[in-house]
Amino acid sequence: MKDKKIIITGVVIFIVIVTFPFWYNRGKAAPAPELQLTDKAKAAKVCVRSTEYMKAEHMQLLDVWREAVVRKGERIYVSPDGKEYNMSLSNTCLDCHANKTEFCDRCHNYASVRPYCWDCHIDDKLKEKS
Amino acid sequence: MDSSRRRILQLLGLSSLALTAKPVFNAFAVEEHAEKPKAILKDGENALKAKQWALVIDTRQFESEEDLEPLVEVCNKVHNVPHLSEKRHEIKWIWGEHYHNAFPGKAARFLSEEVEHKPFLVLCNHCENPPCVRACPTQATFKRESDGIVLMDFHRCIGCRFCMAACPFGARSFNFRDPRPFIKEINDKFPTRAKGVVEKCNFCAERLAVGQLPACVEVSEGKLAFGDLYDPESNVRELIRTHFTIRRKQTLGTEPSVYYIV
Repeated sequence: MKDKKIIITGVVIFIVIVTFPFWYNRGKAAPAPELQLTDKAKAAKVCVRSTEYMKAEHMQLLDVWREAVVRKGERIYVSPDGKEYNMSLSNTCLDCHANKTEFCDRCHNYASVRPYCWDCHIDDKLKEKS
Repeated sequence: MDSSRRRILQLLGLSSLALTAKPVFNAFAVEEHAEKPKAILKDGENALKAKQWALVIDTRQFESEEDLEPLVEVCNKVHNVPHLSEKRHEIKWIWGEHYHNAFPGKAARFLSEEVEHKPFLVLCNHCENPPCVRACPTQATFKRESDGIVLMDFHRCIGCRFCMAACPFGARSFNFRDPRPFIKEINDKFPTRAKGVVEKCNFCAERLAVGQLPACVEVSEGKLAFGDLYDPESNVRELIRTHFTIRRKQTLGTEPSVYYIV
């Protein structure tokens, strides 16, 4: 065990480097984004499903919607409480959530996800222009 | 650990007891599952339905490019079809074509002057045996079982353009450029397309779903007829029965659903 000193120094340096991001960024975590609801969304109170469901599963829901509308021609969504909705991202979702920048984008930016829906689907900015 | 006979018997007993607990867990699992409310997906009440949609074009009533224009215009407008002036970037859903291009093989050496010079309205034929569907590696283009429309799922299109090579009618266009800057006036009820996907006429599937006829049929003032090919009483069958009609490249066996009264 002649190299004890060297080994210990090496291990210490290794630990410092590996944990660097943790202690360097300590206390600087970005706050969770605050979402703004439009007046219309506030008045409606509920989305097509409960808020918890929408928070966790809106992407699965949208995937089901797109499969149904594009491939099967089914366009009406009857939610469990019996209400009917037209399954359309631009015309139904964005009708209430007309403020995509303060609603969709805030969480997506925070979570660093970049859905490419808006390459084709018309968002609020484009709606204003037209 | 010493494993005596006594110890092993004890373990066996405990294990079998544990097995009896499984149905209890199952019951819990089912209950939790049952709590999840179910949603229903369905088509609209007004939706127009058919076994195979077909279009009959009365070419006798179209004399010049101006006669076609309103039909092409309205299609481009409701579907956000971009106008790209460069020929190789063009996007076309419905357009006019010379007789010898629309019906190659049916063009005689000498034709009546009227037929030779006037444009014929062409679009996707929504074939009953569509070669584009067979060519698509991702099933982005498919023949809808419910009404025979050959549709595109732009979400799935990878832009390989096999369908364009397979289509004998040139009914498909590829977005070589981002189409958005080239759309004159955006219809915000219908999506645009992105760079890198193929697009074509969709027989106005989005309008049929809410009980409207295709846009071109609506503005044609009766020059186009749209209906069910498999309903003997339908307007299109009536027209086909009482008039001489031709189809584009019929000999290829794709069974186009667009008929032309000549």
